[in-house]
Amino acid sequence: MVLAENGVKAAGTKSAWDVERIREDFPVLHQTVNGKPLVYLDNAASSQVPQVVIERGSMYLEQEHSNIHRGVHYLSQKATTAYEGARETVKRFINARESKECIFVRGTTEGINLVMHGYGRKFISAGDEIIISGMEHHANIVPWQMLCEEKGARLRVIPINDAGELLLDEYEGLLNERTKLVAVNHVSNALGTINPIKAVIESAHKYGVPVLIDGAQGAPHMIVDVQDLDCDFYAFSGHKMFAPTGSGIVYGKARLLDQMNPFQGGGDMIKSVTFEKTTFADLPNKFEAGTPAIASQIGLGAAIDYLNSIGREQAARYEHELLRYATERISAIEGVRIIGTAREKASVLSFVIDEIHPHDIGTILDQEGIAVRAGHHCAQPVMQRFNVPATARASFAFYNTKEEVDVLANTIEKVIEIFS
Amino acid sequence: MSELSELYQQVILDHNKKPRNFRKLEGANHSAEGYNPLCGDHLTVYLQLEDEAVKDVSFEGSGCAISKAAASMMTQAVKGKSKPEVEKLFQEFHTMVTGDPEEEIGSDQLGNLQIFAGVREFPVRVKCATLSWHTMHAALNNQAIVSTE
Repeated sequence: MVLAENGVKAAGTKSAWDVERIREDFPVLHQTVNGKPLVYLDNAASSQVPQVVIERGSMYLEQEHSNIHRGVHYLSQKATTAYEGARETVKRFINARESKECIFVRGTTEGINLVMHGYGRKFISAGDEIIISGMEHHANIVPWQMLCEEKGARLRVIPINDAGELLLDEYEGLLNERTKLVAVNHVSNALGTINPIKAVIESAHKYGVPVLIDGAQGAPHMIVDVQDLDCDFYAFSGHKMFAPTGSGIVYGKARLLDQMNPFQGGGDMIKSVTFEKTTFADLPNKFEAGTPAIASQIGLGAAIDYLNSIGREQAARYEHELLRYATERISAIEGVRIIGTAREKASVLSFVIDEIHPHDIGTILDQEGIAVRAGHHCAQPVMQRFNVPATARASFAFYNTKEEVDVLANTIEKVIEIFS
Repeated sequence: MSELSELYQQVILDHNKKPRNFRKLEGANHSAEGYNPLCGDHLTVYLQLEDEAVKDVSFEGSGCAISKAAASMMTQAVKGKSKPEVEKLFQEFHTMVTGDPEEEIGSDQLGNLQIFAGVREFPVRVKCATLSWHTMHAALNNQAIVSTE
């Protein structure tokens, strides 16, 4: 959530967040890498999994595993109940009207591709326009480019300023009667910018244009209320929010999902099949062909339960304070430049060092046990916008500590020393 | 940090800071572009071949210290060599950086290129060290573009 300044505890006062207690929940954090305690700062790529989520997955595999939606037998019913229970949990997590609006996918990328195929290929045609932003992940660029190529439609891009914020006036100017879809991210994975998606959605709706939100970096750090946002689609990945890989959701308004073409054809997504004609199943099954990642999606439900149990608002407030502290420490180092200085940011600290390539930074940090991402973060247009080949990116979760930030800052100084 | 200091030796840091033959080659009759999509390293290698030998060679582009130093030292190593000699050197360099860290380096042709042996300890960085060599190889064999993925 976006926190008001007064929502953050003043520096110097002890935070109520017991981070050591929280760290106990994550077995992977308690190891050494290259002889140093692991400092895991690559949460925007994939976050770690708490013990309760691991145990929920194991319990499913040990006691409940079967295929869902098709057996009359005991285990199939157990598995179906657990799987559909996870969907209910997701529904409450994002405050969807109905659980059938929450389609299980294997991650954000698949969610966006589902909307591209199901909605885009049906409703977008030659001469139409799709608006994305200049800070999108490749997952929210390439599918729309493919669609534009296929249909003869046009991709328009909302420019961003030097801080890495959307230029909303320019966006307003891009919207017109040819616009058929707007697709932007909630939080930029490369810059950390929290986008004013409510305003983006409101403007698009004045033209009757549906909006897809790439929530891969939003859902793990923000309170998401799809009804309040009034977004038409919202996609996110489980593995970036403390669940196993292979889990994720694309939310869609039922009215739109009903009109859309199915994504993949196969078992479980049909009412009846003859060689002449197939009748598709109702939501959500229409979009869930084949056997899904049952254990992973049940894990997503367990991860949401975990987040609720530790307190999502407190977690976000702690992360906000940690990011503020890290920004202060890292930007004070001579020769370091932060890429992405938006007023509203979450979790992500991207930086470059004069004359030192991020890949070299990443290797040296790794030798000290620090995991960061070095590269273009699947957002090459963002790199081009800031005229850098790549950045090093530290991304935080509520289990990271100020001491870890200190280790990062000290090691960055060491990197500069090696290259001096 | 012992492996690290082996990777970032002074010679490598020096070539990174002051890459040799770092320019566009006006008289080039062969060139190729190399690209490492993983980290965004991107370089062009220019060759001037005469009688199947490298009369002159240069490169330009951007990349990490390892890829830049490797490119710089590659240009020094192949200049003046015949095509078969260059191909053999590429083979030996490749074998060295992808080899078992425990094993002795089996070539005495590599000379100062042996400082890249430290890369063996860092499997994800092997492509950084070999990008310029792959690109040079492509230029030599009239391929326009090469990617290490």
